[in-house]
Amino acid sequence: MVNPEMQFEVQDTTQNPVKLGVENLSIKYGSETALEGVSFNIHEHEIFGIIGPANAGKTSFLKAINRMDMFNPEMQVNGKLEFSGHDISKVRNVYGLRRRIGVVFPLPVGLPLSVYDNVALAPRLVGEKDKAELNVIVERCLRRAALWDEVKDRLDSLGSMLSGGQQQRLTIARALSQDPELLMLDEFSIAVDPVTTMRIEDVLKELKSEMTIILVTNLVQQARRLADRTAFFLDGKCLDVGITEDLFTGDVSNQRTRDYVEGRFG
Amino acid sequence: MFEATRINHKNLSRQNMFRLLLGGMTALLILPVILVLGTLIYKGAPVISFEFLFANPTNGMTAGGIFPALLGTILLVIVALLASVPLGVAAAIYLSEYAPDNWFTRAINIAIINLAGVPSIVHALFGLGAFVIFFRFGTSILAASLTLAIMTLPVVIVATRESLQAVPMAFREACWNMGATRWQTIRRIVLPNAVTGILTGVILEVSRTAGETAPIMFTGAVFFLPFLPQGVFDQTMALSLHLFVVSTQVPEMPEAVPYGVALVLIALVLLMNSVSIALRMYLRGKKKW
Ligand SMILES: Nc1ncnc2c1ncn2[C@@H]1O[C@H](COP(=O)(O)OP(=O)(O)O)[C@@H](O)[C@H]1O
Ligand SMILES: [Mg+2]
Repeated sequence: MVNPEMQFEVQDTTQNPVKLGVENLSIKYGSETALEGVSFNIHEHEIFGIIGPANAGKTSFLKAINRMDMFNPEMQVNGKLEFSGHDISKVRNVYGLRRRIGVVFPLPVGLPLSVYDNVALAPRLVGEKDKAELNVIVERCLRRAALWDEVKDRLDSLGSMLSGGQQQRLTIARALSQDPELLMLDEFSIAVDPVTTMRIEDVLKELKSEMTIILVTNLVQQARRLADRTAFFLDGKCLDVGITEDLFTGDVSNQRTRDYVEGRFG
Repeated sequence: MFEATRINHKNLSRQNMFRLLLGGMTALLILPVILVLGTLIYKGAPVISFEFLFANPTNGMTAGGIFPALLGTILLVIVALLASVPLGVAAAIYLSEYAPDNWFTRAINIAIINLAGVPSIVHALFGLGAFVIFFRFGTSILAASLTLAIMTLPVVIVATRESLQAVPMAFREACWNMGATRWQTIRRIVLPNAVTGILTGVILEVSRTAGETAPIMFTGAVFFLPFLPQGVFDQTMALSLHLFVVSTQVPEMPEAVPYGVALVLIALVLLMNSVSIALRMYLRGKKKW
């Protein structure tokens, strides 16, 4: 059965320009394969969901996009990743690439700095020193992450002293301070209460108009609520990719996908 | 219902026995410390005076004060710190933040740990060969301090590396993901959070060199100087060597003087240690995660 409300929301994001092209991507750690032969396109202004059980290779996929293999000699990435048409393995300024991509981790990482300094860090890394300008950036990012009202009176207190849910929104504010074109969230709700999860989901729906979002999630219903299109990863392979609703209504090529979204394993 | 069974009784008596045993061992450890400190204070305190601390020795060192030796030891430690801290911290940062984790790095780490076990007399001879003779510093504060610095370098590196590694990896990864370079990450996140450990570890380790005798005996410290050193290329007196001299080399030395010198030396080391501990307690209160 097709939910009429859902159908109303669905728009065809595949008409948008390609933000991230993935072609025959494989990731290995030493001799162990973490991901193999993945190909699909992620389009601008799309929330692209990635679902799949533990060890499917979801986190490795995000790491490859942000060139984190540079910090792990074990990790080898093969195949092609194109960010706005540029092959990222040939990007000389990887720091510039990473600044265009915001990352949010499963467990919130409040850096041991004040709330203000957490959000001001990214602009400062690129040389922004103007206090007034920083104030504007910090307030804007905290507002967009739905955290401003809770912390505006204690911007000087430590970011790591906030509650888990607040820290996760702080992490999102920090990612937004990079002014990213692509925002990648890795199971952001794992250590966050349901109320905060819903607030962050609302934030993501709004952010979509300004950027592309990759949402790796352990909750299939979260993908259903948010993602325009969704990929299903299992044991290092991408078994299905398509319009999210199709994955849930059974219009899929793969029996395993149906079993997973219906909760028969995971 | 709650009567003790035989096995309860047995457990209880065993528990009491072990408590007594462990407590006894601890007491046995504390005893020598109390005895040493007690003897030093009892026999040495009477000679401590303003003059003893701040006057030159007179009368073949049997009278007067120990100021040149006290000043010399402080100078030696400070110059050694100035040399070993920047070098050791830099090496530790490289080893823990930059160096790839391969057999070569591991070999270097093992070499550093082994270097910490080299006897101080070996360092003394190395310092004599390297700084006094090869670099032509002569027997001087500089040569002696550099010898002490080489000797403390391994512990400075190890203390620094441990403080760096206590900073969670997740902080570094968060920074890298934002497009920070390794150096920006170290400068803004890692070092500020490791500095407590580095500082206290370094002070604690280096203060111990105040008591070293062998490494400075051939490289820059002398038995007696009629004047104070005017620069790092001068020789100097030092408390540790002075203690050796007044205890063994000077006939008719008043019995209390060596105790007084030892007391001053220990007080100096304890002072540096307590500065380090106070600093640690102060900074730990501001710990950020
Ligand atoms: N740093 C690493 N070193 C070695 N193997 C790794 C590393 N990170 C992940 N793996 C392996 O890669 C596979 C995929 O892991 P991951 O990408 O974390 O999956 P997911 O995020 O879907 O749980 C797993 O089998 C995991 O053991
Ligand atoms: Mg994961």
